[in-house]
Amino acid sequence: MAAITLTGLAKTFPNGHVAIRHLDLRIDDGEFLVLVGPSGCGKSTLLRLIAGLETPTAGRIVIGDVDVTAHSPQRRDLAMVFQSYALYPHMTVRDNLGYGLKARGTDRAVAAQLVADVAAALDIQTLLDRRPAQLSGGERQRVALGRAIVRQPKAFLLDEPLSNLDPALRAQARAELRRLHRTLGTTVVYVTHDQEEAMTLGGRVAVMREGAIEQVAPPLDVYARPVNMFVAKFIGAPSMNFVPATLVGIEAPSGALAGIRPHDVTLGADGQMHATVELVEPRGHDSLLHLRLDSPGAESVLAVIAGAAPPAGARVFLTLPADRRHLFDGRTGVRLR
Amino acid sequence: MGAFTRTLAHRSAVVSSRPVSLVLPMAGALLLAALLFPICWMLAASLMPESRLFESRPLLPTAVTFEHYRALFDERDFLVPIRNSLLVSGLTTLVAVPVAALCAYALARLRMRGKGLVLACVLAISMFPQISIVPPLYLILRELRLLNTYPGLVLPYLTFSMPLGVWLLTGFFRQLPKDLEEAAMLDGATRMRALRDVVLPLAAPGIASTAILTFLYCWNEFLFALSFTLGPDRYTVPVAITLFRGRYQVPWGQVLAATVVATIPVALLVLACQRRIVAGLTVGATKG
Repeated sequence: MAAITLTGLAKTFPNGHVAIRHLDLRIDDGEFLVLVGPSGCGKSTLLRLIAGLETPTAGRIVIGDVDVTAHSPQRRDLAMVFQSYALYPHMTVRDNLGYGLKARGTDRAVAAQLVADVAAALDIQTLLDRRPAQLSGGERQRVALGRAIVRQPKAFLLDEPLSNLDPALRAQARAELRRLHRTLGTTVVYVTHDQEEAMTLGGRVAVMREGAIEQVAPPLDVYARPVNMFVAKFIGAPSMNFVPATLVGIEAPSGALAGIRPHDVTLGADGQMHATVELVEPRGHDSLLHLRLDSPGAESVLAVIAGAAPPAGARVFLTLPADRRHLFDGRTGVRLR
Repeated sequence: MGAFTRTLAHRSAVVSSRPVSLVLPMAGALLLAALLFPICWMLAASLMPESRLFESRPLLPTAVTFEHYRALFDERDFLVPIRNSLLVSGLTTLVAVPVAALCAYALARLRMRGKGLVLACVLAISMFPQISIVPPLYLILRELRLLNTYPGLVLPYLTFSMPLGVWLLTGFFRQLPKDLEEAAMLDGATRMRALRDVVLPLAAPGIASTAILTFLYCWNEFLFALSFTLGPDRYTVPVAITLFRGRYQVPWGQVLAATVVATIPVALLVLACQRRIVAGLTVGATKG
């Protein structure tokens, strides 16, 4: 177990593409940090830099108190779960689990015991003599996880390990990952583009855009106080609404935008704004409403309403409660208050 | 209505599948016949007495004789060229494939400048007309005192078989998922160990195909073997067979028997490697 410190880290690929631009980040010992962002934001590259699969153009990577920037992947003592799982297809599950131990020269009897323990912990004992091709997606994912755990590395790097599972299995695997992290207490760096996964898994969430970290904070803080419009839009589903601040009657510099989450919009018999219901999407426990504001220049607003929703075409009043409003600079996107 | 549509669908399936079901086996049979014809003819003719060889129906031997085979081994000592060919082809394959595999892996995976140029040169070298390099190679081998020796054939063969191997294997390595090697390296393996434990076993079909092609190339090679060997003790099979021809006659029966014998090791090699060649080992490695 170890902390990971990244200082002034940068990566530019030979073709000129800047994947990471001057990034500083400290991941504490035993922390579960989620790197989240849209595709191409550099989150996977950052993970590969930590793993040693890419060489940084500038900056330092320190694991524990050792500067590993120039170390090869095998000397960093990290374990990685790939999005594709990357199980060795010509080896049985047992050999897959034991390969890392064998490569590091662990005593054969000790290795066999460790493999058996991990297989029991992940409930894959019955699969030990099968090959990856004979496993289901969920089983492969568990084996990949087992291969990472068995070596007891300094940290786990997980690259979208749940993205190939179906939704039901994904929720289950997510819970299992959390439980595993609680038991093992090892540092985890987890990459995902799914903001829901980031919210539910992370002790802290780092939201990335174009090779830089926009905000690092516990998930609820990121949700409640996003530092800019990008984070506000990316975290939380459905996405936050933005309307000109003047429309809501807030005193703010010109061009400022008020942001409000669809869950915080309230409908009623009277309110700040008049709108027409354009579309209703029932979602079982609530409904997602697409509203068109009457005020000139305003775009449509999303609202999530529990209980009975007004039909499409209905005229409604809506209120954006003051304590739930965020205010951003419309030009720079930075949070004003 | 449903039943009607089903019937229609069924009927159209039957109609459309009929030509396909006949055309494919027929085309297959034709192709097989075209491929097997020379082999059957060679086998049949090698068992016929010399006097009947040029009769109208050589495909059906009217009298069977092993005279040509006997003459081949008793009079011509055909085992010597077979031994030479096996040694030269085997040695070339043993050297060319591992070296080509290492080179191809580097070209497929490592980031370096001028990789495209190296590959283009490799391909260009394998395209040289052989005859153009016979004189310089002859002079070099003479200086090195390697004329009429096994290394004197293995070295020139390597110049042609390695580029072929590098080219084939580079393509093959590129197809393998990179994640697997990276997983091995994170598991604690060095790049060489990852190559040995993960990449090579998965590339076995490609390596087997390359080995077979290399072996076949050397087994069939004629020009270098004719130019760089000086006597029957070092002749390879193609050279030996060509030199069967006398001043006044060509012993066709023996030539055909020799061809049959020369085909056997190659056929055995292909059969032995057949299972490895069938790709599909990588199924299940990654998602899906």
